[in-house]
Amino acid sequence: MRLADTLGFAWQVVRGYRARTLLILLAMGIGVAAVVAVSSIGEGARLYVVNQFGSLGTHLVVVLPGRSETAGAMPGVLIGKTPRDLTIEDALALKRSPAIRRLAPLIVGAGDVRVGARNRETPVLGSTSELMDIRHMAMAQGQFLPPGDPRHSQPVCVVGAKVATELFAGRSALGEWLRVGDRRFRVVGILATQGESLGFNTDEIVIVPLAAAQALFNTEALFRILVEAKSREQIAIAQSDIEEILRERHEGKREVTVITQDAVLATFDRILRALTLAVGGLAAISLAVAGILIMNVMLISVTQRRHEIGLLKALGATGANIRLMFFTEAVLLALGGALLGLAVGKLGQLFIGQLFPSIPFTAPWWAVIAAPLTAIGTAVLFSVAPARRAARLDPVRALSKR
Amino acid sequence: MIRLSGIERVFRVGEEEVHALRGIELEIARGEYLSLMGPSGSGKSTLLNVIGLLDRPNAGRYELDGRDVTGLDDDELSRARREKMGFVFQFFHLVARLTAAQNIELPMVLAGIEPGERKQRLARLLSAYGLEARAHHRPDQLSGGQCQRVAIARAMSMGPSVILADEPTGNLDRHTGQEVMAVLERVHHGGGSLVLVTHDPEIGARAQRRLRMVDGAIVGDERG
Ligand SMILES: Nc1ncnc2c1ncn2[C@@H]1O[C@H](COP(=O)(O)OP(=O)(O)OP(=O)(O)O)[C@@H](O)[C@H]1O
Ligand SMILES: [Mg+2]
Repeated sequence: MRLADTLGFAWQVVRGYRARTLLILLAMGIGVAAVVAVSSIGEGARLYVVNQFGSLGTHLVVVLPGRSETAGAMPGVLIGKTPRDLTIEDALALKRSPAIRRLAPLIVGAGDVRVGARNRETPVLGSTSELMDIRHMAMAQGQFLPPGDPRHSQPVCVVGAKVATELFAGRSALGEWLRVGDRRFRVVGILATQGESLGFNTDEIVIVPLAAAQALFNTEALFRILVEAKSREQIAIAQSDIEEILRERHEGKREVTVITQDAVLATFDRILRALTLAVGGLAAISLAVAGILIMNVMLISVTQRRHEIGLLKALGATGANIRLMFFTEAVLLALGGALLGLAVGKLGQLFIGQLFPSIPFTAPWWAVIAAPLTAIGTAVLFSVAPARRAARLDPVRALSKR
Repeated sequence: MIRLSGIERVFRVGEEEVHALRGIELEIARGEYLSLMGPSGSGKSTLLNVIGLLDRPNAGRYELDGRDVTGLDDDELSRARREKMGFVFQFFHLVARLTAAQNIELPMVLAGIEPGERKQRLARLLSAYGLEARAHHRPDQLSGGQCQRVAIARAMSMGPSVILADEPTGNLDRHTGQEVMAVLERVHHGGGSLVLVTHDPEIGARAQRRLRMVDGAIVGDERG
């Protein structure tokens, strides 16, 4: 029997038994649609997280003093001792790397901040003007720290919104003086509310020039160097440049840890991808259920059509012909169901997308390919038993009135 | 061209054994027209099924065109059936969702014949059996006589050497039955053998050779 004829015959059957065809299309369609919709929700969540991270500055590379044994740990979680400090000179030397766009050395301490009679203990950050761009900070009023040589400093500071309102009690803080420890700073800017950054609430910090912080806390040692690579692709180059330059400056010893935010992001990415795969797999179970339905319907169909099958055998159909007819029928039904499911899944995805416009729902490519293939696979698998039963029918008994 | 010797067919029904055919010895020459009569349950249909390769005997030897076909497997039997046998049944056995033309085409489709060749043969068959106007009708839109003509055309589509008809007029009124018989006999005049099972003595008497079966055995064989 020719393939085109087998197809044509199966097509006639599929069209001839409308209710049965609709039932199977529905079962298959729901299965495929579930896989597509569920996995596109997972994928949407993944892309959402990745994009959110991206907007925080993914090109960020953080340099910490000391060698951490747990590479890839979040900044701030540092295991290992500090044999030798990171200095401003170390930071400035990093500017040699062409992969680095900008960098900001960072010193952190707690300071007693006072204005007149009011005082308050806040985290005090010492850094340079470039911190603003690296951390994507925004100003509510005034300016950030002025650019210039980080080794010398002016007596200016930038304060968080909450610090400004609490210490200045309704008065405008801009241009006023405040005191940190035994030093005086003029407020040149007030930070816009941003939430957490680097583990600090930006509403509650005071930022002073690096050299001032060094004097204030009486230390040369940097807490961190924040580095921004020129692009995502340059992150790895920047990382190896940093390690190279610092090793040179520290007599060939590797005494720093370099963390990329990419590594953190990659972890999230992996987790969410696995999650998407898992829920997609769960949805695929509905395909197996559809497969069992197909098997049942096909078995019933063999019984109903035993006259026809017996007749086909009497007219010269071989067992292989009959089996192929049933498989073709199953594949046609599965294909139809898969197309229907893809369309419905796509519609569902668009619908959810309307409800949550900020999340980029897209079906991952593997789901779009795997769902229909699974549908066809299960359809063929579950029609093996009915097809074999049909092929083994004894034509004499199938044709008899009994 | 057909030679049966020592054919036995035994059905087991529970504990009991039913001897449907016992010690059948039969030779049918090319182009012969023979009728098979006998009481109900005497084994006529069973013998026809054995001749038509639809059923296997439990014992004995079957030679078809000089070749022993007793030991063929299912697929070889299927191929031999579609090359050499044409069946006509009492209940027509047309596929209800296919048109008359598609039903006639079915054996050629199963045999994998080219669509072009099929179209030509189909056109010849439709005109030979007066079915041109009914080609695109489904069986439920045809009369009993037309259905049986479609079935005969289908049986003829592969140019078989033997036509096996099991009570082809059993479901038709007398007049239509006569018509169908005329069509079948024309097939036989075309050169094929015709084996006809019937309960109607008048129809059975039209054959040149008349077999009579009782209780699974051939008890009469008249010619002329
Ligand atoms: N599949 C079967 N299983 C058991 N017994 C069977 C089977 N087929 C036929 N028989 C028995 O074999 C015998 C011959 O049956 P067969 O159908 O050949 O008779 P028949 O001469 O064609 O009768 P009728 O004129 O009623 O069609 C009967 O006794 C019947 O009951
Ligand atoms: Mg009978």
